[in-house]
Amino acid sequence: MDEDAKRARSRRNIAMALALVAFVVLVFVVTIVKLGANVS
Amino acid sequence: MPKPAAITSEASARPDKPALWSDYVQLLKPRVMSLVVFTALTGLVCAPERIHPFLAAVAVFCIAVGAGAAGALNMAVEGDSDALMRRTRGRPVAAGRVSRGDALAYGVLLAALAVALMGLAINWLAAGLLAFTVVFYAWFYTIILKRSTPQNIVIGGAAGALPPVIGWAAATGTAPPEAWLLFLIIFLWTPPHFWALSLYTSEDYAKAGIPMMPVVKGAKSTRLQIFIYSLVLVPVAIAPIFIGLGGLFYGIVSIAGGAGFILLALRLWRSRAGDSPDADSVGREEVLYDVKVEAKSARNLFAFSILYLFALFAALLAEHGLKGTL
Repeated sequence: MDEDAKRARSRRNIAMALALVAFVVLVFVVTIVKLGANVS
Repeated sequence: MPKPAAITSEASARPDKPALWSDYVQLLKPRVMSLVVFTALTGLVCAPERIHPFLAAVAVFCIAVGAGAAGALNMAVEGDSDALMRRTRGRPVAAGRVSRGDALAYGVLLAALAVALMGLAINWLAAGLLAFTVVFYAWFYTIILKRSTPQNIVIGGAAGALPPVIGWAAATGTAPPEAWLLFLIIFLWTPPHFWALSLYTSEDYAKAGIPMMPVVKGAKSTRLQIFIYSLVLVPVAIAPIFIGLGGLFYGIVSIAGGAGFILLALRLWRSRAGDSPDADSVGREEVLYDVKVEAKSARNLFAFSILYLFALFAALLAEHGLKGTL
């Protein structure tokens, strides 16, 4: 694997990590919002 | 059933160039996704019940990701035929930047996440409709319909027409006739829109072995069918004003836009668009958008059809948005 390929893979991995974190945050906020609606 | 070309694809081999994250964005067909988001949002805003604005945003996000997943699955399967057409040969799988397997895995994962999140956060009717849309487009349309009948985009158009119904279902948990009227508008709009495009790109479709209407039935028959569909579409697009879904503004937009649509379809019917496709231009990307003089009427209708659909849904969105429905 040459340098270009390594750099591209690294960027893809970072993008995937950010997407996963965003998904977890999204599910968390959805849970809070739905809980809030049910409690009120 | 014809075997999908991508089964024996060179594009299925590991790509030579490293894939960039932007290739994975391109796999989601962002331009198609933007129209899906817009129509889904319209369905959601037109629905008579309110949901929490954040949940509404999540619903639209799920629909967008589901549509993107369907696009990725479509590109995964169609790598070979995409590589033969000017309009599509730069796509990540067709160009060999992303492997077919990676695109498939990406599409399946995103579709599963979008449907699961829609079900858990919103409701399971919206999730079920979203799942149906993805499967209908990625499997039924892409693998079966597209290569087997010139009615491919007529039937397959149902996938593109479902987002407003999903949006409505997300807001209310139901899919009433009003939502299906929005479906019907997009469903009837799809054939004249795509056939107008295919009239000046039919050589590419023929080369890729896709039986688009001009390839199978000829340009003359296609022009007549476009005109007939337009005559059916326009009254249906005006219909929302009779059931209280559209107001005065929508009425003006739908009547004026409809008159323009029928006029352009009439001009196209009476033209010679698509009669003599330029075989010399096949495969030459630089002339893709150089439309021959006699095909101008097809290009005009294609361009206007996008504006027309946008205007119809924007009018509904504005009317219902201003009412504070959301």
